Amino acid sequence: MSSPVQSTVEEPAILREVKPTVLPRAVLVGHGRDFAWITDKICSIVEGKTPVWWWWCFAVACFIASFTVAGITYLVSTGVGVWGHRSPVNWGWPIVNFVFWIGIGHAGTLISAILCLLRQKWRTSINRPAEAMTIFAVVCAGIFPVFHVGRVWYAWFLFPLPNSNEIWQNYRSPLEWDVFAVSTYGTVSVLFWYIGMIPDLATLRDRFAAAGKKTRAWLYGFFAMGWRGSNRHWSNYEMAYLILAGIATPLVLSVHTIVSFDFAVSLIPGWHTTIFPPYFVAGAIFSGFGMVLTLMLPLRAIYKLEDLITQYHIDCMCKITLATGTIVGYAYAMEFFIAWYGSNPYEGFAFINRAFGPYWWSYWIMISCNVITPQFFWFKKVRNNTSLVWILSIFVNVGMWFERFVIICTSLARDFLPSSWGYFSPTVVDIFTFFGTFGVFSVLFLLFIRFLPLMAMAELKAVTPQADPHAEPHTGHGATGHDLTGPARPDQGAQGAQGVHSHG
Amino acid sequence: MAEPAYGLIATFRTPGEVMHAAEQVRDAGYRKWDVISPFPIHGMDGAMGLNRSRVPRISLAGGITGFCTGMSMIFYMDAFDYKLTVGGKPFFSPMFAFPVSYELTILFTAFATIIGMFVLNGLPMHYHPVLNYDQMRRGTDDLFFIVIEAADTRYNAANTRALLEKIGGSEIAELEA
Repeated sequence: MSSPVQSTVEEPAILREVKPTVLPRAVLVGHGRDFAWITDKICSIVEGKTPVWWWWCFAVACFIASFTVAGITYLVSTGVGVWGHRSPVNWGWPIVNFVFWIGIGHAGTLISAILCLLRQKWRTSINRPAEAMTIFAVVCAGIFPVFHVGRVWYAWFLFPLPNSNEIWQNYRSPLEWDVFAVSTYGTVSVLFWYIGMIPDLATLRDRFAAAGKKTRAWLYGFFAMGWRGSNRHWSNYEMAYLILAGIATPLVLSVHTIVSFDFAVSLIPGWHTTIFPPYFVAGAIFSGFGMVLTLMLPLRAIYKLEDLITQYHIDCMCKITLATGTIVGYAYAMEFFIAWYGSNPYEGFAFINRAFGPYWWSYWIMISCNVITPQFFWFKKVRNNTSLVWILSIFVNVGMWFERFVIICTSLARDFLPSSWGYFSPTVVDIFTFFGTFGVFSVLFLLFIRFLPLMAMAELKAVTPQADPHAEPHTGHGATGHDLTGPARPDQGAQGAQGVHSHG
Repeated sequence: MAEPAYGLIATFRTPGEVMHAAEQVRDAGYRKWDVISPFPIHGMDGAMGLNRSRVPRISLAGGITGFCTGMSMIFYMDAFDYKLTVGGKPFFSPMFAFPVSYELTILFTAFATIIGMFVLNGLPMHYHPVLNYDQMRRGTDDLFFIVIEAADTRYNAANTRALLEKIGGSEIAELEA
């Protein structure tokens, strides 16, 4: 049976040639700025005179931080009873605040480690402040469990050090896992931050030395470890950085997983669920990006960094906030579904109680801030409106604090036995201590932006178009025709080395 | 001044120039030489003929040490030195020992990686002849340099200078040791 179609069709069904679409590369450094401009821009923040606004902010931050100092001084001199948590809610605000701050830190590690492994080059302009945020958030987080142990002078019992009782720590408890997770997280974050900063400290050292400021050149030089930009060093440095990114990725996921184990391993309704680890990790990244936006947008405006933190960067951050916020919303829905589907009356009650019980207001604040707020980021108009993005990011921060409050307080306040139900109210000391941690955080962050390179200059230079050795037009000399073979040529490297051996 | 020079330094303006030049220095058979750049240039390791970094081996050793430390520490403390009965749970199981061992694996790997990087790079080294070059501050800013050491067996003040000129280096200068 001959088909008439076959004879009439002359063009083949498959195109002879497919021209790949040229997708425009996202501009990571605006206005085609050159290397020297990047150096001057970032270094001028450290080298210039301390701006007046900085002193004002620093004074206000110190004042706010004094609330934590006052709260804790009163607590230590009186006893943990001055905090509002008591049976049945023994994990009141301190643990809420601990999880809140530790979660904020996670975006910093996500940006510096996970986006590094995924080769998201837009991370370069925000990774340094985000890592700083991580470290300072861990500092704020650490305050709460340390003082929550009651007699803070025994806090070192958390670590496996020989003590006079000769009893070791109980490694069957997730709380002990948490000690290791959080202290490892803090340590590795500091190391990662410092290693990333070494080349930039060397830049500052050289600039201060050239300007004749010997003390500062010595100080920055001390921490720059004698870095001289040698490619033999860069080779090991880049490998070390990659490995650190590779281990920081499972680390950041494990830290909030273990934090969620503090709850999930218990038997309290509303806590004892398997969804907790991924749900906590998504929430942590969500809150962290909220905080990154809250911090970076004012900095961008103050220091005129629009060429380094471009609209593309803001778009990316908004989209991650949207994605993780939606995951969190899904987790809220799934918790309800499983509570119903699991047919456990206590579990079912815990969730009805969350949404409609005495803490209903906190539940609906959480839902509106965490699920509804990020949905605005679907719209380009919203993402382009920097002030609006900043306001929405504040809502994200508020919402994520309430999420931890809802999880901890509603579950503990009404568990199995109605006769032992209670209602948690914070005391003034609770409020002071928590409010003050924003001051502690701000003091540290202000010191960071004043004295350390705000952005990773070396990394920013490396993502500019002119940093690509193959991208530029040939100038004649030195062209050996290697360009077509691509950048990675281990075989040629080996040949070169062999050639050397035969000469020797 | 009878003191011999440390070597010769040449300046290059762009990453492309210094990379092509590095390929030729490599092909000329030099071994004790270096490229100075304000940021890592993609593909420069190949252009210099460097082998893969040995940092990962040190990291791996650190990671294994960390994991074993965690497991043996928990076994020693809870199942050997002072047996603590908690909730009828076993004195030791790799399951509950895992989270802590996992964190220690990461902690030890991080320290091994960083110490390994410093040791392999010979840092900290606050005095180096290259750092005395008056234009050096541009090497952490926006310029690129090639340094050929006098200690290289193929080094010859005149010939090496000629090579650096041929491959496009400018402002060729002698570095004091």
